[in-house]
Amino acid sequence: MNSETRFLKVNIRSAIVDDLQKIINLDAEVTGLEKKEYWEDRFDRFTERDGRHLIVAESMTPGDVLGFIVGEVRAWEFGSRPCGWIFAIGVDPEQRIQGIGEQLYNAMCEAFKSDGASAVRTMIAREDQLNMSFFRAQGMMGGPFIELEKPLD
Amino acid sequence: MRLQKATHYGLYAVLELARDPSRQLSATDIADIYGISSNHLAKVLRDLGRAGLVDSVRGAGGGYRFSGNSRRTTLMDVINIFEEIGSDSTAAADPGDETDIGSALLLVLGEIDDIARATFGSITLDTLLKTMRWQREREAKLVD
Repeated sequence: MNSETRFLKVNIRSAIVDDLQKIINLDAEVTGLEKKEYWEDRFDRFTERDGRHLIVAESMTPGDVLGFIVGEVRAWEFGSRPCGWIFAIGVDPEQRIQGIGEQLYNAMCEAFKSDGASAVRTMIAREDQLNMSFFRAQGMMGGPFIELEKPLD
Repeated sequence: MRLQKATHYGLYAVLELARDPSRQLSATDIADIYGISSNHLAKVLRDLGRAGLVDSVRGAGGGYRFSGNSRRTTLMDVINIFEEIGSDSTAAADPGDETDIGSALLLVLGEIDDIARATFGSITLDTLLKTMRWQREREAKLVD
């Protein structure tokens, strides 16, 4: 963490059912798209499951969710060794640049390590410079895989 | 991909100075570290000065000092001072670009340029300097 950054004291913990609506709201605010069903499904699949993690950053006021991160360990897809995948991260826009994302990222990496993963991976849209800069600042670089796609028309 | 010589020198200079913003280095000091022409570098440093990334300090013991914000300045910001990746507007379009093979090749080259721009645009000077320190620490761990 750069010395210029204020490091806000937050409680990093696994998500509970009471956090779900706050995560949905926060994600909608950050991405501009509400995905209620997606998050309900993520919550069912990711809480209290081995290798799957939905972690939140809560302010010192219990229940006040300032950020979240979702990820799981996946193995042997496309020949990849066990690797932690981060699917989503979000921080309250008014609470940015206080190290909340970094604390969530570090907690997820620790969880992945406990699950036996030796690397962490994510995928970001090229134009999403905010998240790409964030992950790069955590030391992430281009990995051995390249994403390919084609419109199905 | 290859960056132009001036761009490369600009990145060397700005990163060397951003490594310790309190330090002043002359064009010759930096040129000696990277084994490059100090005359060419002096011109590059003037461009960096005009862009507000370095300050020149005149007089004996003078030199250049980093004056930008290393957490906000990306590699792309520095590159843009000297060249524009993937958009050589001064070059005439090649007649072959209009052919099916030419346009397919342009598509691939465009994809590479998009990735390059996204990569350079996401790495701040601070992140690059941190990455360098992490690499050194990782290598030291491997030796131990």
